[in-house]
Amino acid sequence: MTTSDLSQSLRAFIDENFLFGVQTAYGDDDSLLEGSIIDSTGVLELVAHLEDTYGITIADEDLIPENLDSISGLTQFISRQGEKATVSQ
Amino acid sequence: MCGIAGIVGLDRRPASDRCLQAMIAQLRHRGPDASATFVDRHLGLAHARLSIVDLECGQQPMHHGPLTISFNGEIYNYIELRETLVRKGHDFRTRSDTEVILHAYQEYGEGCVEHMNGQWALAIWDRHQQTLFLSRDRLGIRPLYYTQVPGRLLFASEIKALFVDPQVSRELDPRGLGQLFTFWTTLAPRTVFRQVLELPPGHNLMVHAGQVSAPSRYWQLDYREPAEPASANQLAEELRWLLEDATRLRLRADVPVGAYLSGGLDSSITAALALKISARQLQTFSVTFSESEFDERDYQKQVARFLQVRHHSLDCSGAAIADVFPEVIRHAETPVLRTAIAPLYLLSQQVHELGFKVVLTGEGADEILGGYDLFKEAKVRRFAARRPTSRMPAMLFRLLYPYLPALQSQSVAMRRAFFQVSPEALADPLFSHLPRWEMTGQLRRLFATDFLPPEQQRDLYDEVRQSLPAAFARWSPFCQAQYLETTILMPGYLLSSQGDRMAMAHSVESRYPLLDHRLAEFAACLPARLKMKGLREKHLLKRATADLVPAAITERTKQPYRAPDAKSFYRQGWQQSRAEYIEPLLARDRLRSDGVFNPNAVALLRKKIHAGKATGVRDNMAFVGLLSTQLLIDQMVRNFSPIESEVLPSSSGRSPPLSMGQPANESPTAIR
Repeated sequence: MTTSDLSQSLRAFIDENFLFGVQTAYGDDDSLLEGSIIDSTGVLELVAHLEDTYGITIADEDLIPENLDSISGLTQFISRQGEKATVSQ
Repeated sequence: MCGIAGIVGLDRRPASDRCLQAMIAQLRHRGPDASATFVDRHLGLAHARLSIVDLECGQQPMHHGPLTISFNGEIYNYIELRETLVRKGHDFRTRSDTEVILHAYQEYGEGCVEHMNGQWALAIWDRHQQTLFLSRDRLGIRPLYYTQVPGRLLFASEIKALFVDPQVSRELDPRGLGQLFTFWTTLAPRTVFRQVLELPPGHNLMVHAGQVSAPSRYWQLDYREPAEPASANQLAEELRWLLEDATRLRLRADVPVGAYLSGGLDSSITAALALKISARQLQTFSVTFSESEFDERDYQKQVARFLQVRHHSLDCSGAAIADVFPEVIRHAETPVLRTAIAPLYLLSQQVHELGFKVVLTGEGADEILGGYDLFKEAKVRRFAARRPTSRMPAMLFRLLYPYLPALQSQSVAMRRAFFQVSPEALADPLFSHLPRWEMTGQLRRLFATDFLPPEQQRDLYDEVRQSLPAAFARWSPFCQAQYLETTILMPGYLLSSQGDRMAMAHSVESRYPLLDHRLAEFAACLPARLKMKGLREKHLLKRATADLVPAAITERTKQPYRAPDAKSFYRQGWQQSRAEYIEPLLARDRLRSDGVFNPNAVALLRKKIHAGKATGVRDNMAFVGLLSTQLLIDQMVRNFSPIESEVLPSSSGRSPPLSMGQPANESPTAIR
């Protein structure tokens, strides 16, 4: 999956689950928390979705805003996790 | 406690007694003991009575000279006020508080309200001056709505009484709903109905010579902290005296008074004070839930044992909430975002069945004396903004919300991020409330695009900003938060949807010792550090009442009152809804034709619910807001079936000749 596909699919999940499917303008670097796009329950839903969909396991120390609070943060984080998984195989 | 209604012909056409009778018939639940109407040419007053004080002679509308009153509420200091008026030469015919208001109005005019300690919505007609005076109590305990259609003004305790006049539009106000899906309530005078206004708390309104004045404010809280406050001990003593006196006055009734007991501090204090002051045996009432996250039965039992009161509890299930929810919304006359009002509807039913007409409750302490988590959160956010590198706030945020599991399981860094504060936000007068309102405001995404276009949603906060008193900027941040809570959520939701409406649905009057205006004024001027010491809420209240309640209650972690939300409406497994009314109201075509919600957005929310994944606060509020709005539309907009009126005795003014019982076809307010 390219970075752009990944970003599209994350946006689709966020739109559907947190924004009732309503088109919402927010940039790749915008904070999802500050924009009230996700709340504390939302973060847990997001983490479960990432683990289910991308086959990654997220360690507690990775649950930080740098990884989870923006589309670009999420994209980079998932890509890194994917690479790690490939290397370890 | 009672229901009131009235008509003023602004074009001087006669008021229709038939319309008055139809109006008051809608309010029979507020006053089942008696009802009557009064017509004086173009003025009509109606009253439905729940007899509590002077059972024999307190009938209304009541007359005194040229004055006639229709009054809902209680003036607790009526005995003292009566003595003052007797000294000034007034003669009284009854022992009722109603007559005292008439004499006070005769003596002081509009200023009479400044002498009154109580909760009221009232209308006084002066036949000589040809003026109608409307007034609502300081903090918004009793409701009063009004509307103007060509040629007349109508007013009533509840909106449904206004809707019997076919000229009153029942159309929803998109901006009102936009406010509700942000602040949990509309901002008075706005309501969710385009043509209906609410007289704001602490306001009077005068109608004279066909002109309706703008509501005028007669009271406002001022949070002036004294430069050299008295010692904490002295202030605690003074607070204790006020608490006792406020409770003593609220035990005045010619019928037994019960008390709600939630298991929290405030209702425990109220019950304990009532017991201490009154010689009568006290009976207490509470709601329990089978789900432990909402249930407080252990604390309730503990207090009941400690106080040795006769305690009744009502176990409330999700199924029971779903069953009564349409009736709950019919009484609330507004959408709600939580189901927590429904158990109180069931509780007042039990109280009524057990023969009680009056209950004391602990409402108001959190606002007046600083109890809410929101106040703590604002304090911590402020602290965090000033010390961006400290780990302390993240730890404190976790302590703040022990009942929110999703927050508990987050990392320190995430918790910090949830409560992050930008420098601009810190300077915003609405700082304390912005996170809550922003979060709730996300629910507006459910709206159909053309219902409340995005450009009309941008300035929703401006109305709050513009309404702030000039002194607001001088108050401490803690008091600013208190003011916002006391003037928005408390009257708009807690005292109304959750308070007056749920109790009066079963003819039960709620009384709030902690909302005695002397207490509110005293508390406003306390140093903020005594209200919340560090993060210890209601510090001075705890100190002033430590001997009254078990230490375990004073020291327990505060639990907000909640009930199961979306879950109440679905059977286990989330596939099947629990009540027949739900699916038709949420059907795509129905949503489209009602026009408030976007059917695609609702479909996604429901998909999430059916998958059992709508567990967060936001999704729950979205569902309850959606369902209650659709119920409101069904009952009040699409179909409105007024309760049939019986023919009532109409009392008459003395002179000039009265028009009574206008035939429907001759009256501008004909009922169709």
